[in-house]
Amino acid sequence: MAERSFAKEVEKLRLGAGEEFAGEGILAITKALLQCGVGYVGGYQGAPISHLMDVLADAQDILGELGVHFEASASEATATAMLAASVHYPIRGAATFKSTVGTNVASDALANLASGGVTGGALIIVGEDYGEGSSIMQERSHAFAMKSQVWLLDPRPNLPSIVKAVEDGFELSEISNTPVMLQVRIRCCHVHGHFTAKDNKRPAMTVADALNAPRRDTARIVLPPASFLHEKEKIQKRWPAAVDFIRSRKINEIFGPDHGSVGIVMQGGMYNSVIRALQRLGLADTYGDTDVPLYVLNAVYPLIDDEFLSFCEGKQSVLVVEEGQPNYIEQAFSSMLHKSGRGTRIVGKEHLPMAGEYTGQVMLDGIGSFLRAEAPHLLPGEVRAPNKVGDGVDTADLINVVPGRPPGFCIGCPERPIFAATKLVEEELGKHHIASDIGCHLFSIMPPFELGATTMGYGLGPASASAFNSPDAKRRSISFVGDGGFWHNGLTSSIGNAVFNKNDGVIVIVDNFYSAATGGQDILSSRAGNKTKSTKHPITEAVKGMGVKWLRHVDNTYDVGKMQDTLREALTTEEKGPKVIVASSECMLNRQRREKPLVDKAIKGGERVVKPKFGVDEDICTGDHACMRLSGCPSLSVKSLDDPLRDDPVASIDQNCVGCGNCGEVADAAVLCPSFYRADVVHNPSRWDRFLESARRATISLLQRRRESRRLTFADA
Amino acid sequence: MLDTVPSSHPRTGAADEPVIKLAVLAVGGQGGGVLADWITDVAERNGYVAQSTSVAGVAQRTGATIYYIEMARDTGRMPIFALSPSQGDVDILIAAELMEAGRAIIRGFVTPNRTTLITSSHRIAAVSEKIEPGDGRASSSKVHATAEAAARRFIAFDMEKIAADNGSMISASLLGALAGSDALPFTRESYEQAIGAGGRGVKASLAAFGASHDRVRGTAAAPQATEPKGGEAGLGPTGKISGPQSLLQGWQALAARVGALPEPVRDMALRGLRKVVDYQDAAYGREYVDRLDKAVALDSADLAFALSIAAAKHLANAMCYDDMIRVADLKTRSTRDTRVRREVGVKAGSILQVTEYFHPRIEEFCGTLPANLGLYVENRPKLAAFLDRRINHGRRIRTDSFAGFAALWFIGGLRRWRRGLLRHKVEVAHMERWYALALGYVPADYALAVEILNCRRLIKGYSDTHVRAQSKFDRVLSALDLLKGRADAADWIRRLREMALKDEKGDLLDGALKTVATL
Repeated sequence: MAERSFAKEVEKLRLGAGEEFAGEGILAITKALLQCGVGYVGGYQGAPISHLMDVLADAQDILGELGVHFEASASEATATAMLAASVHYPIRGAATFKSTVGTNVASDALANLASGGVTGGALIIVGEDYGEGSSIMQERSHAFAMKSQVWLLDPRPNLPSIVKAVEDGFELSEISNTPVMLQVRIRCCHVHGHFTAKDNKRPAMTVADALNAPRRDTARIVLPPASFLHEKEKIQKRWPAAVDFIRSRKINEIFGPDHGSVGIVMQGGMYNSVIRALQRLGLADTYGDTDVPLYVLNAVYPLIDDEFLSFCEGKQSVLVVEEGQPNYIEQAFSSMLHKSGRGTRIVGKEHLPMAGEYTGQVMLDGIGSFLRAEAPHLLPGEVRAPNKVGDGVDTADLINVVPGRPPGFCIGCPERPIFAATKLVEEELGKHHIASDIGCHLFSIMPPFELGATTMGYGLGPASASAFNSPDAKRRSISFVGDGGFWHNGLTSSIGNAVFNKNDGVIVIVDNFYSAATGGQDILSSRAGNKTKSTKHPITEAVKGMGVKWLRHVDNTYDVGKMQDTLREALTTEEKGPKVIVASSECMLNRQRREKPLVDKAIKGGERVVKPKFGVDEDICTGDHACMRLSGCPSLSVKSLDDPLRDDPVASIDQNCVGCGNCGEVADAAVLCPSFYRADVVHNPSRWDRFLESARRATISLLQRRRESRRLTFADA
Repeated sequence: MLDTVPSSHPRTGAADEPVIKLAVLAVGGQGGGVLADWITDVAERNGYVAQSTSVAGVAQRTGATIYYIEMARDTGRMPIFALSPSQGDVDILIAAELMEAGRAIIRGFVTPNRTTLITSSHRIAAVSEKIEPGDGRASSSKVHATAEAAARRFIAFDMEKIAADNGSMISASLLGALAGSDALPFTRESYEQAIGAGGRGVKASLAAFGASHDRVRGTAAAPQATEPKGGEAGLGPTGKISGPQSLLQGWQALAARVGALPEPVRDMALRGLRKVVDYQDAAYGREYVDRLDKAVALDSADLAFALSIAAAKHLANAMCYDDMIRVADLKTRSTRDTRVRREVGVKAGSILQVTEYFHPRIEEFCGTLPANLGLYVENRPKLAAFLDRRINHGRRIRTDSFAGFAALWFIGGLRRWRRGLLRHKVEVAHMERWYALALGYVPADYALAVEILNCRRLIKGYSDTHVRAQSKFDRVLSALDLLKGRADAADWIRRLREMALKDEKGDLLDGALKTVATL
């Protein structure tokens, strides 16, 4: 079960010809796949393409009607390898994942797929996680397209354009026998817009048809001598076919006047920001009508030499707007011009930064700088020589005031107590080398925990600690891996490797029942039933199967004391070989989403329900905030007391507390203070509850009255 | 930075259809997406084309997030909208939390003469603000002041509270403020229709929307600011006192002594007196006033009685040290039960069960023994360790059950014998040393004496935290020798104390002490 239900979105997939689709970019792509008669889809979830996977997972009925096979692949490599179905059979297939991290994982399969080539259209939709909001290293997918010679589309960021890119992509792939990558950036995936739908198409050949009539062709298999021929075929056959298609179908677009002394070339994805800069410079209107000739590359690889050279005709200089580095496109264009002996100058990274996202301001500054240098006559006077007015506000002071707000563990997150326990163990046994992995648990590197030295890739946490295995060391390494990473790659690359190489370190597998960071998708060890997937495969069994001898299972991560004891034992035991701790508790975000409506319904229905919440006695709390240094829970915060005797704010728990138990456990395990209390509210109490309660309250208030009648009571005390 | 010009048709120069640009800055989990969807819907209902976009992903997990919407009147042609806000190019900026408004200003999304800045004035403390042992919170007033200057129009009030009061989420009250601001050319009804179309929690959302809308329009009065500290609101030192007649008479006498103190000292002294009497008894109150008198005798009106006020405050805190008796006493009072019920929101017909978390150690146990006995145990490490193994466990006590309550009630009752217990002896000795040290400095360096008194703020927490706090206190005061005779000694002690409150272990303090050593 994913974090959200996509029942509403699934209905949009049923829209027919002429109807208007309204929704997110990534859902438009999903719909476009069905309109193109795709035969199978696979992928691995991750922002910004998770919703594509989630919607298809919820759309089994529609997929079944159309005969489309859908898989939540084990990894990006699996998803790309799946495209092998299009090698011999004329079936359109699509794979999707986050890039460049996913493309890294996929590149083995991608290179093999690209070498042999495809018969059916093979489309790889990569969510380019670059710039603000990105959670990964900043690289370009472009390099993968170049190295394996797969074509790369980068359409303008609006729904009709990306839907068209899906259609074009399949055709291009089929005509050139080459897989095609369709690159969409974060904001484009999440942009809400409209396009006119077409009817969904049943694939001309389904995977069932293919299975019933198998084909093979040795010439398509990557093994000498075929592999040598593949490389030649790429250059002699597939490339020209792709160039012809892109040119003849006018995949790239030209806007603005036919003539001009300057022009701008851009990746399709940059188009809207370029127009905005031109609008602000007084050179374009709201609808993008502009005074500057624009050449928009909806296909960024391969580039079309003659199309580009004819755009340069009569131009003194052309600006290349290419986000990220290295500037492959700019280099390619420079080379084309140089070899053709043209006088047009290519500029790009002189005016725009080599690295980093091309934000609105960067684009405005860069294009402004280009035009002032190369074509000042185009610019309105007030831009060319502005009467500079001060911005008015000095924000230097504010920068020191406004605190950073990086993402962190959610309210009630079951991973929080794991890291609280780790911090406590480190206080006892000293600092250790800690290797982190990819997933929500990577938030441990941030305050208040500040645990973890490196992150080397999904499922590679323990692998990244493999060098730290020395008989001379007095301390062991600790490494973390999530359940998502474990099944993605960790079982073999991390656990298997540790067993085989007799690694002596401690491995903590953080099991929260989902691939939580990507939106709560089910994985092999998910504990919920899933109609179309096989779940409930315990991680502990897999680890044992790998040959791990020292294995502990903490089935309630909120038990900080037990977590602490288990970690201590793992770090100090005499036993050799990897020490694996599986720490399991359900992701609270998903648990609440599942349980909250049920609990509310039960309370309304008159059932007895106990709802926990934590609180702090503000007169017992001394305002030291030691609890927060072991928590960071959004629900546990600071509050000023209306008491001049007290200088520092005290701890306070807000109404969003889900009563996970971490506060009480940590206060106990770390021997902090007795300020915390857990308040369990019994809704719809039974008669026995009520009887017990009245008896208790009678006796308790007797004691209270007795004491309070013999002392002074201050109303505010 | 280049200046920009208002867009006009590049060829014909005809006036262009303007694009309205609106950004929402929120903290992940606040429902920024719902707000963005509503605004897009309102725009479309009013014959506009709109485009919204966001950066989701892990940023949503409690981090700062941003949503962006552009809209223009629908003329049949699709405008080219940008996908992210640009510096100096935002018409309306909505922040769902005050520091996010500050962040918007820093990022350049708020422009004088252009941007309407709508923000909820409530705070959600960032982790960095919460983990300081002192008060690490950012200054809200600085954001307010900058926002006033940075925005064309600045609308700020606690929209979180309006949402909570109406059983809704902040997205509804933010939308209400947007509608009320008239920053968009749309009617109130169209906003309400958009909320209605959402389908879930419509009634509560509309209520929060309306309350916030009316607040901006000025048709609903701003709630009266709560009376500042020390007023007659009943929570000040004049709150009601009840008890047996004989004790009340004793109280009157003590209160009269405080009443005779110089006027500037009275408020703090009365608060301190209430605290210590509440903590122990009237006799303890007498001890408090006796001690305080010593400071007052050395003080003068020329110096605004800073010494006496500091003494009144910190003496009370020092005398009310946090021991097991106090914790048990506070947890078993009827007022505490009432407060928990209020905070948790227990409705009639429901039952409240309360679990307390205790983790006593041998130290706390010995502290609660008669002084001689306590010392006897402490001086025998083997015996202490033996006892610690039996005592040092986490204990969960249900104070709604009779047995659990009675146990704490009994410990709270040890108050009567507190003066004879080991912890009391230790605390009193420590306090006397500190107090005498401070007062000793009065003739030579009045300001330094005040700062030494203020160092009491460092002592807080229980068990290890308390030990660490004591160590910081000692480390700060250890600088006194180094600072001997310096005119800026008081300043240095203040600085050292502030450093000590910055981090857990006092690393910054140690750094500062090294600096002091080089003076």
